[in-house]
Amino acid sequence: MSLTQSIDYAAISPPLVVVVTAVVVLLADLFVPPSLRRLLAPLALTGSLGALGVTAWLATGGTRSTFCLAGGGCSYVADDFATYFQIVVLAALVVVLLLSFPLFDERERVPSGEFLALLLMSVSGMLVVAAGRDLLTLLIGLEVVSLPAFVLVGLRRGDPRGVEAALKFFIFSVVSTALTVYGIALAYGATGSIELHHIARALTTLHAGSGAMSATAAAGVVLVLVGFGFKVAAVPFHFWAPDTYQGAPVPVAAFLSVASKAAGFAGLIVLLTVAFRPYADVWGPAVGVLAAVSMTVGNLVALRQRHVVRLLAWSTVAHAGYLLMPLAVASGHLRDGVRATLAYLGIYAAMNLGAFGCVVLVRRTRPRLAVDDLRGLVSRAPATAVAFAFFLTALAGLPPGVAGLFAKVVVLRAAVDGHVTWLAVVAAVNTVIGLAYYLRLAAVMFLPADAAEPADVRDGTRDWPVAAGVAVAAAVTVVLSVYPQPLLHLADLAAF
Amino acid sequence: MIAILLGLPALGALVLGLVPLPSRSARIVGTAFAAATFVVAVVVAARFDYGAGARMQDVVDDRWLPAVGVRFHLGVDGISLPLVLLTALLVVLCAATVADRLMMSVVLLLEVGMLGTFVALDLVLFFVFFEVVLIPMYVLIAVWGGPRRRPAATKFILFTLLGSGLMLVGFLVMYGATGTFDMTALARAHGRGVTAGTQLLAGTLMMVGFGVKSPMWPLHTWLPDAHTEAPTVGSVLLAGVLLKMGTYGFVRIVVPDLPSAAHDLAPALGCLAVAGILWACLACLALARGEHADLKRLIAFSSVGHMGFVLLGIATLTSVGIQGALIGNVAHGVITGLLFFLVGGVKDRFHTSDVTDLGGGLLAKLPALGGLLLVASIASLGLPGLAGFWGEMLALLGSYSPAAGLSRPLFVTLTGLAAAGTVLTAVYFLAMLRRVDFGVVTDRWRGERITDAAAVDLVAWTPLVVLAVGIGVWPGLVLRVSESAVRGLLG
Repeated sequence: MSLTQSIDYAAISPPLVVVVTAVVVLLADLFVPPSLRRLLAPLALTGSLGALGVTAWLATGGTRSTFCLAGGGCSYVADDFATYFQIVVLAALVVVLLLSFPLFDERERVPSGEFLALLLMSVSGMLVVAAGRDLLTLLIGLEVVSLPAFVLVGLRRGDPRGVEAALKFFIFSVVSTALTVYGIALAYGATGSIELHHIARALTTLHAGSGAMSATAAAGVVLVLVGFGFKVAAVPFHFWAPDTYQGAPVPVAAFLSVASKAAGFAGLIVLLTVAFRPYADVWGPAVGVLAAVSMTVGNLVALRQRHVVRLLAWSTVAHAGYLLMPLAVASGHLRDGVRATLAYLGIYAAMNLGAFGCVVLVRRTRPRLAVDDLRGLVSRAPATAVAFAFFLTALAGLPPGVAGLFAKVVVLRAAVDGHVTWLAVVAAVNTVIGLAYYLRLAAVMFLPADAAEPADVRDGTRDWPVAAGVAVAAAVTVVLSVYPQPLLHLADLAAF
Repeated sequence: MIAILLGLPALGALVLGLVPLPSRSARIVGTAFAAATFVVAVVVAARFDYGAGARMQDVVDDRWLPAVGVRFHLGVDGISLPLVLLTALLVVLCAATVADRLMMSVVLLLEVGMLGTFVALDLVLFFVFFEVVLIPMYVLIAVWGGPRRRPAATKFILFTLLGSGLMLVGFLVMYGATGTFDMTALARAHGRGVTAGTQLLAGTLMMVGFGVKSPMWPLHTWLPDAHTEAPTVGSVLLAGVLLKMGTYGFVRIVVPDLPSAAHDLAPALGCLAVAGILWACLACLALARGEHADLKRLIAFSSVGHMGFVLLGIATLTSVGIQGALIGNVAHGVITGLLFFLVGGVKDRFHTSDVTDLGGGLLAKLPALGGLLLVASIASLGLPGLAGFWGEMLALLGSYSPAAGLSRPLFVTLTGLAAAGTVLTAVYFLAMLRRVDFGVVTDRWRGERITDAAAVDLVAWTPLVVLAVGIGVWPGLVLRVSESAVRGLLG
């Protein structure tokens, strides 16, 4: 038995490129003079685009596996599922980096080197989660996602709100991780393996019997579900999300709501549909209830929000519900369900990043970010107002944001085909509640401004990268509105 | 040809939305786009093979989203052609009165959604166009509407979206049972292979969606507010076209694709339709006789009644009844469109559309406007010889001998009640005319110099008057086009 393992470096190249970039950024931050620090963000951006390119190349080839065990089964598999999530996460990273440029102003007091390195490290964890195929790899990946994220949330110096948000996020996340670890331990104890396919086989035999071990495994499945419920901010495990999003810098909130959620879903889907598939009768109804409650509570509470970021935070809670919905289908239709969730996630990433990007732009002149501060935005910044309204209609699932409508059609179809029509009806009613607040927010921007207009605190510097980020998100959303076929096709390939 | 029909207004909306033209040229450009679209619609009608009205013609059928089984499938048949022509005509007439560039852009965008709904032959595409209409109409009401415009606009969009969301679930249930979104294939299958339970589920969900849009009592409550607050153009298009999208959906999708559900739901639909007729009559009667009633609100409520006749016609599931529904659709679009134009004209001149404030003597003060209001009201109350008559008559006729299997006593009772509705309709319209059109000019307006309808107004309104009379005298204009298609629907 050889003690050295042969590693397929091509397979792990996406996280590798990101980690190397993170280290380079951190070192450069230490050694370059302060005047050159503004080059760090472009450096990180270049690394991310490189990782994106590598992943795209990887996606065109066949499946690559590495860290394989002698007894079969690999810990890291770069299949279509993994590369789909990696592309979504990396594309989100590129946009988030563009949105982050204004953070490095003197005024914001965010240290650029640390911020960028932490962001990249968190992403490297997400890339590992997407490709991890055993319990330990998934767990380590999730921890790598979370630890830098706590710091990112509270990184703005001297901001008590940020610290509070970070603490809340930390505590909730640690609790959720503890639950996940416990669930994983139970699953391991019941099956004697950490490799997902082995677990699935062992669970099939366990499920047939009805011994104490079967109940242990079921408990493990439920605990893992609860842990991931925290990660994707599904009700009732969502309490951290609004406070954390509001306290964090807006680009970090965008990052958490898209990339972090995507990573959570990657892990959740792998565990549920591969390892825990025999227990679909246990987790299927639970996921259905989580989905229904998440969308309903998220939308209802969002109705009452007066702060733009909080409103969007509750909307992401609701979207977690839409994303969970297709996973609740009858087990024979699970592949269609996964496909629908993947497609929804891709569209959601584009429109939600766009909406948060518009918030970053608005924040430059209206730092309070109350909903009423958006009055008259259309005359101050017509392009921002139109783009913001477009993203909001997309989130609501209504033309002109047809992309969001397609996303809703896809998940509703999966639910109806998978014999959970009740859930589809709940979701359909929810789209109405959702529309009420998205539309109100969009309409405020087109109202005439107040007479007592607060003076603009605009400085205009470093706005163009944000605008570029919003433009990228808008372009993607527009393309997906007219011709979503490529994305739907990729989601189809990626599903298993 | 159909692609151009949708492309032209879309292009126009884009151009007017992006290019900062002055209002004057925006009006000309927008009207030109609308007129060109109308010409295309006329060409489509001219190329139409009237001998084969049941067949889809001018078909476009391309791959679009194979991953979800959605095709870009458009076409017209005898059922959609009259509605396409009506839509294109009303938009031209509306565009001619619009003086704001962005409003023009919104109206053209609205036209894309309206025409698209009538020519779409794929359920998802139909749904997309059905929804395209929402935001422009919301904007029309919320931006250019009356003093309480925002709640009215919100109510409109939330009601409609609730309906269409459930309708989408209904479509997806159909897809789950049949594996296709293709409306022509679904119509050919006539629900074969779909269990009665599934049909009933899908049919009920769709009935809510189309019912909100139609509007069907008791889902109509958004309509009076929306109409009262909307600008004239919004009211005309809302009454003239948007409501038809609901009844069109019943005829195009529920009746042929879900025959068993249509059969199960027909008694309920008939009862709700008649409830709507009577409700609307009583509401209008109260408005016409009460103090400070808004004319626009009165006409809006009368729309609920007229659409009730259309729904009753559909509920009979007979060829006669559905023919009546289709001609009722067109007639209501023409007449109510005209009525809203006229009330808009009154409001522009008197700055009020309140019955009490207007007093009386409109006919004496402004002979042209008052005369047209008289004609339009009489057409609306269903006087034989004018367009409104045929829809009501055929719906009553169909309801008197409904399709086999439906309860005859129930439908005969409904016929009686609906017939009482026609009488009440006449009563409230005449009461309104007596108070507004006849009588003497009140002191308030006696000294004011108010100009009568200008030549440009008359040019815009004449086509509608001509159609109201034309269809009344020669209903075959519509009936012959749709006859074979309706028989095809019922299988």
